[in-house]
Amino acid sequence: MSKNLSIRHRAEKRFIAYGFISLILAATMLATIIGSMIYRSIPAYTNYSIDLEINMTEISAEDEFEDINFRGIIRSSLFSFFPEVESRSDKRKLFKLISSSASYTLRDFIIENPSYINKKFYFNVLFTDDSDLFYKGYVDTSLSESERRLDNQEVAWLNELKNTGRVKNKISKNLFLNGDSREPEVAGFWGATIGSLITISVTLLLSFPVGVLTAIYLENFAVKNRITDFIEVNINNLAAVPSIIFGLLGLAVFINFFGMPRSIPLVGGLVLSLMTLPTIIIATRSSLQSVPPSIREAALAMGASEMQVVFQHLLPSALPGIFTGTIIGLARAFGESAPLLLIGMVAFIVDIPATFTDPATALPVQIYIWADSPERAFVAKTSAATLILIGLLILINLAAVLLRKRYEVKW
Amino acid sequence: MKLNGDLIMDEQKEQNNIRNKKSLIECRGVDVFYGDKQALFGINLDIGEKEVTSLIGPSGCGKSTFLRCINRMNDVIEICKVEGNIKIDNEDIYHPDVDVVELRSRIGMVFQKPNPFPKSVYDNVAYGPKLHGRILHKDDLDAKVEKSLERAGLWSEVKDRLGEPGTSLSGGQQQRLCIARAIAIDPSIILMDEPCSALDPIATAKIEELIDELKDNFTITIVTHSMQQAARVSQRTAFFHLGKLIEVGDTEKIFRSPDHEQTEAYVTGRYG
Ligand SMILES: Nc1ncnc2c1ncn2[C@@H]1O[C@H](COP(=O)(O)OP(=O)(O)OP(=O)(O)O)[C@@H](O)[C@H]1O
Ligand SMILES: [Mg+2]
Repeated sequence: MSKNLSIRHRAEKRFIAYGFISLILAATMLATIIGSMIYRSIPAYTNYSIDLEINMTEISAEDEFEDINFRGIIRSSLFSFFPEVESRSDKRKLFKLISSSASYTLRDFIIENPSYINKKFYFNVLFTDDSDLFYKGYVDTSLSESERRLDNQEVAWLNELKNTGRVKNKISKNLFLNGDSREPEVAGFWGATIGSLITISVTLLLSFPVGVLTAIYLENFAVKNRITDFIEVNINNLAAVPSIIFGLLGLAVFINFFGMPRSIPLVGGLVLSLMTLPTIIIATRSSLQSVPPSIREAALAMGASEMQVVFQHLLPSALPGIFTGTIIGLARAFGESAPLLLIGMVAFIVDIPATFTDPATALPVQIYIWADSPERAFVAKTSAATLILIGLLILINLAAVLLRKRYEVKW
Repeated sequence: MKLNGDLIMDEQKEQNNIRNKKSLIECRGVDVFYGDKQALFGINLDIGEKEVTSLIGPSGCGKSTFLRCINRMNDVIEICKVEGNIKIDNEDIYHPDVDVVELRSRIGMVFQKPNPFPKSVYDNVAYGPKLHGRILHKDDLDAKVEKSLERAGLWSEVKDRLGEPGTSLSGGQQQRLCIARAIAIDPSIILMDEPCSALDPIATAKIEELIDELKDNFTITIVTHSMQQAARVSQRTAFFHLGKLIEVGDTEKIFRSPDHEQTEAYVTGRYG
C-alpha cells in the first residue's frame, strides 16, 4: 500500500517536473525570438543627421517657393566642407551621402516658417541609410571596396564630416510618423499601422454583429435539418481554410465582380471578416451552449419568450466567451498578410490613410515588403515593425482578458 | 373523441369521489412521447384549487414529465409530444390559440436544483414582474420584491444584501429565492419539482413550512421522493408508476389504506 503510494507520489513529481521543463523551454524560445528582434531592431530607432548651414540671404520673400532651388542650397552647403571636390561625378557622389529627402524637408520647413527666408541658419538633414549604417558601425572597412556599399572615398568624406562635430544621432521620428518610402531613412510604419487599424475596425464592425447573430440564430432558432447541418459543417470547415483562399475570394468577388477599388482597407476588412466570421460563430455558439440549461428553463418557465431568453440571459452570460473568441479572431486577422497581398494592399503607399477608402497597406504586409527589400537598413526596420505588431497584439489580447474579467459571470 | 373523453371523465369521478374542493387543473387521457418512447400513458388527474397535491413514484415514472405538461415546458424539448387534454380553469391549454408565454406567466415553477439567475437578489425577484410589464413604478416594484421575499421567508436574511448576486446565497436560500421569484408574478399555480432534494433538513423544514402557508393563496403541485414530506405538506397524493397514474386520493388515505397493492408497497417502503 505505502509502496504504491510512493510510486504515485513520484509519478506526480515527475509529471510536474516535465511540465516545468516544457514551460521553461517555451519561455526560452519566446525570449530568444523577442530578444533577437529587439537586438536587430536597434539601428532602426535612430538616424544620423548633420546640421548644415543654410544660406538663404540671396533669396527674397517675393520668390515663389517653387522657384527656390532648395536642392542647390543644400548642395552648396555640403560642398563648402570639401572645397577640394570639383569634378561633377565626385560632387554627385558626395551629395548622395545625405538623404534625397533633405531638399523636401527644407522646403516644407520654409513653407511653414517663411520668416527664415533671408537668413542664415543651421538645418538638420538626414544621412542616407548607407552613411547611417557606416556611422553605426555596420560597414566593415576591412573588406575590399567592391564588397561594401561605401568606397574608400566616401568613407573618408564621412569621417571628415564627423570630425566637424556637426553630425548627430537622433531618434528617428520618421520611423514612427511616416508612411512607406523607397528611402529607408524616411520610411516609417505609421501609415501601415493606421491602415491596419482601419482594416481591423471594418472587420470588427462587420464580423462581430453578423457572427454573433448567425450563431444565435443557428443555436436557438434554426430548425435542425439537413440544410442547417450542412451549413454548420461548412462553417467549421471555413475556420480551417488557409487565409490566402479568402484573398482569392475577395479578389474575385469584391474587386472583379463588384468593381471595388484595389488596395483599400474596406475591401481588406471585408476579406478579413470572411476569415474571422467562422471563428466568431464557433466561439459564440460554444459559449451560448455553455450557459447552464437550468437558466434557460428558469427564464422560459417565468414566461420569457425565446428572444428574451437569448438577450436577457444567454447572451449576458456568454459575453466573456464571445469577446474572447472575437478577439482571438481579430488578432489572427490583424497579423494576416496573405489575403491582403491578393487584394492589392501590398502597393507602395506613402500617404497615411485617413478613411476606409484611402489606399493603404497593413502592418504585416509592411513587414513583408520591408523584409523583401534589398537595402540593409530595412532589416532593422522589419524587426522594429514586427515588435510594434507584437506589441499591438499584446494590447488586443490584454483587452480580451480585461473584457472577460469585466463581464465574467459567477455561478 | 368526445365520447371517449366523457367515459374517462366518469371513471375519474369515481376515483375522485372523496374530493371536496373545486378542481383547477383537469387532465384527461394525457399521453406523452419522447420520440418513439412513451413516457406517460393516459393520465387522468384533477388538481384541486388552493391545496397541495404531491406526485410520488419511483424514479423515471414520469412525475417531472407530467409536471412539465402543466406549464407546457415540454414544448421546449424538441422530441417531446403531448397528447390528450389539459384544462386550467376550463381553458384547454394545448389549444392552438393559447399563448404559451401568457400561460407560463400564470404558473410559477420551482426546479429541483436551485437555479437563480446570475443577477442580484433584487433583480431575480423583480425579473418576472418587469418581464410581464405588470409593475412599472420603482416603488411598487420594491414593495413587490419585499413582499415576495417575505412570503418566501427570506426577507430577513437578505434584506441587507439585495444587491449581491443570487448565486452567492446558500443552497437553501437560493431555493427560497427561486420560490420568491416564482410567486412574484402572482401565479395561480405553483409547480415544484423536488424542491428540497438538494437541501439539508433545516432548509427543507423551512420550505415545507412555506408551502403550507402558500397553499391558502396558491394551487401547489409538488413532486417529491420523500414520503414524509408528501404526508406532511400535501392534502392529496398521486402515485405514478411506469408512466401510469396508479392511484390518487386524499394523502391520509393513500398513506393509510391505499386501494392498490403497488401504492401500499411504495409508500411503506417495500417497493423494489
Ligand atoms: N428529455 C428527455 N428525452 C427523452 N426521454 C426523456 C426526457 N426526459 C425524460 N425522459 C424519459 O421519460 C421518462 C420519465 O421521466 P421523468 O423525468 O418524468 O421521470 P421522473 O418521475 O421525474 O423521475 P425522477 O424521480 O428520477 O426525477 C423516463 O423514462 C425518462 O427516461
Ligand atoms: Mg424528475
